[in-house]
Amino acid sequence: MALLELDDVSVTYRIAAGEVPAVRGVSLTLDAGTALGVAGESGSGKSTLAMALLRLLPRDARVGGRILLDGDDVLAMKWGRLRAVRWAEASIVFQGAQHGLNPVQRIGDQIAEPLLVHGLAKPDSARGRVAELLEQVGLPAWRARSYPHELSGGQRQRIMIAMALACSPRLIIADEPTTALDVMVQAQVLTLIKELLAERGISLIMISHDLSVLADVCDRLAVMYAGRVVEHGPSREVFHDPKHPYSAALAAAFPTVGDPVSRLAPKGLGGDPPDPMDLPPGCSFHPRCPVALDECPTLDVKLWPAGPERRAACVHVRPEQAEPAETTLEVS
Amino acid sequence: MTETQAPVEAVGTARPTLLEARDLHVEFPSRGRAARAVDGVDLAIGEGEIVALVGESGCGKTTLARTLLGLERPTSGSVLYGGTALEYGSKALKAYRREVQLVLQDPMGSLNPRQTVYEAVAEGPRIHGLAGEQEIVASALSRAGLRPPERFFLRYPHELSGGQRQRVVIAGALALEPKVLIADEPVASLDASVRGEILALLLRLRDELGLSALVVTHDLGLAWNIADRVAVMYLGRIVESGPVEQVLTAPRHPYTQALLSVLPESPERVVLTGEPPDPTRIPGGCRFHARCQVLASGRAAEAGVDGRCRTEPLSVLPAVPTAQAACHYAAVTD
Ligand SMILES: Nc1ncnc2c1ncn2[C@@H]1O[C@H](COP(=O)(O)OP(=O)(O)OP(=O)(O)O)[C@@H](O)[C@H]1O
Ligand SMILES: Nc1ncnc2c1ncn2[C@@H]1O[C@H](COP(=O)(O)OP(=O)(O)O)[C@@H](O)[C@H]1O
Ligand code: SF4
Ligand code: SF4
Ligand SMILES: [Mg+2]
Ligand SMILES: [Mg+2]
Repeated sequence: MALLELDDVSVTYRIAAGEVPAVRGVSLTLDAGTALGVAGESGSGKSTLAMALLRLLPRDARVGGRILLDGDDVLAMKWGRLRAVRWAEASIVFQGAQHGLNPVQRIGDQIAEPLLVHGLAKPDSARGRVAELLEQVGLPAWRARSYPHELSGGQRQRIMIAMALACSPRLIIADEPTTALDVMVQAQVLTLIKELLAERGISLIMISHDLSVLADVCDRLAVMYAGRVVEHGPSREVFHDPKHPYSAALAAAFPTVGDPVSRLAPKGLGGDPPDPMDLPPGCSFHPRCPVALDECPTLDVKLWPAGPERRAACVHVRPEQAEPAETTLEVS
Repeated sequence: MTETQAPVEAVGTARPTLLEARDLHVEFPSRGRAARAVDGVDLAIGEGEIVALVGESGCGKTTLARTLLGLERPTSGSVLYGGTALEYGSKALKAYRREVQLVLQDPMGSLNPRQTVYEAVAEGPRIHGLAGEQEIVASALSRAGLRPPERFFLRYPHELSGGQRQRVVIAGALALEPKVLIADEPVASLDASVRGEILALLLRLRDELGLSALVVTHDLGLAWNIADRVAVMYLGRIVESGPVEQVLTAPRHPYTQALLSVLPESPERVVLTGEPPDPTRIPGGCRFHARCQVLASGRAAEAGVDGRCRTEPLSVLPAVPTAQAACHYAAVTD
């Protein structure tokens, strides 16, 4: 049963210079109790999409399409209902938010604050709940008395996860939760996330530019390029056998240590990320694509079926005669 | 110390040593104690060699790199360049900086937002009063892959992509025609897709200009991608070093084994727990013993070395290019 359904979601920022189409017609489904990874380079629209899910975008952003959470359209929700959703059903761990902890307030008070504000705990029970949350993320209860500067980067990221868990949400959206953490700390945080998924049946949307990390944690993967999903499918398959050349470049960027093919042969993707205000026509990836065809600059590219439960937006997977039903953006 | 005299020529390779740390110690005062950020390191970088220095956050990588650059003065021990001990007078340091250049992590933070690309790259040549500034800048930019260079002269950092900014930082280092680059996390803040391009550039600079490089990183994939040799650092010491193929495919130190085991694709993970290591409280015996999975699992006891793990410190690994590990267990089991 789908917990979250995105149907043709688009987000456009209006800025002085014009319009920035940051997300362009994304359709995706997240089943309850599963994890979806969203990959893509910086500026591809991952964070914008994440914030759109809970209507957390700035006022200058215009959102189109439908976002159904348990069948309820988030974009049409009244303010009161939306607030309830944000506190009780879904929470988001923002990119870089661990740097935003209040430096002069103790960790425990920062975790307790939303619980108190939203009447989810009484002042006398808040401390116990904070200890419980700290324990869930593998920190001792005495850490409640610490200040942020006394914690390492990984510990601060655990605090952010504890805060996201505070209201027992069914869905957690984690934006780059391990980027900039070192390998061992990243492993600790990923292990924690996997345990939470397995033990508490939480659903997860995790954003990263590291496909190997997403493949490790998530059931399914969606790869974004220039505001669009260009490939999606079961995560191991997308990672090990990408069908879209951009996914292939992302997958090759982090080598497998021990693989002779990548030894002294780093793989990159030439060219620059596209300017969302001046997107290349046809397949927007064509200026950087190593396998582009003559028709790509004018191609009307669709998310074509690319194997069981897989789709990719590339001419190389286009069926001989695409049937109308398969050319829609409807997904898995 | 296991050796009284470190070799001037790296044993077993054709590469003569260019830059060397000899019994290096760097301490900082920290809340009334001494933080031994670098606590006895011998390390040699050969001509045209790329060495990766890996280890988790706070293990002393940046401090060691800064000391090799002359930006930090060792508490004891010395840095040798071309066999001569580094002098810390301002004139000597200035001359040294032409030879050994730093490439900083985070290109957004290291470029001045109000300075054009041209100005940023010209800064070094100006300080050193080099003639033919424009040609120097143009050639540095094109060697860093920004071509045609003139197109980038008047651009500001915010008008460039992350990968281009990192190339400008590298061009700034290349402008002085150094012999050694010391790069601290050169791709950590870059996108996956750009990462490979920058690493390929570092490899090309080595092949074409014979540059040596020390690349500081916690990314073992990066070491696999570009380094000839790897040195694994833990709490201020190098605990394992050797050729990349050997160390990264058959690691002998439990710490290296743990670092490799947490890579996404690996079968059995050893996720080290506990607080990050604290250089103001370096444990006695083997400095890794409190977190060591080999000791905790009883394997060290089976091999009869558990007592030594807890009490007997390991000697500093010498600056040799062959594979070596500072571990009592590794010493008796292979
Ligand atoms: N100026 C200083 N004063 C006090 N302590 C310091 C100073 N510089 C570094 N340290 C300490 O020395 C240790 C090593 O720091 P260093 O920056 O070299 O680590 P690193 O390996 O580069 O870590 P990262 O991967 O996070 O960059 C750390 O515990 C750090 O807190
Ligand atoms: N508040 C905003 N105002 C205008 N443009 C924005 C804003 N936030 C993001 N953008 C633009 O939208 C695009 C997508 O950004 P973002 O969602 O942050 O990407 P990602 O998370 O994938 O790096 C980028 O071109 C970015 O510059
Ligand atoms: S449609 Fe063409 S340009 Fe786009 S990814 Fe496929 S081959 Fe490359
Ligand atoms: S010496 Fe002992 S404690 Fe240290 S790494 Fe080796 S086995 Fe572990
Ligand atoms: Mg983002
Ligand atoms: Mg560092």
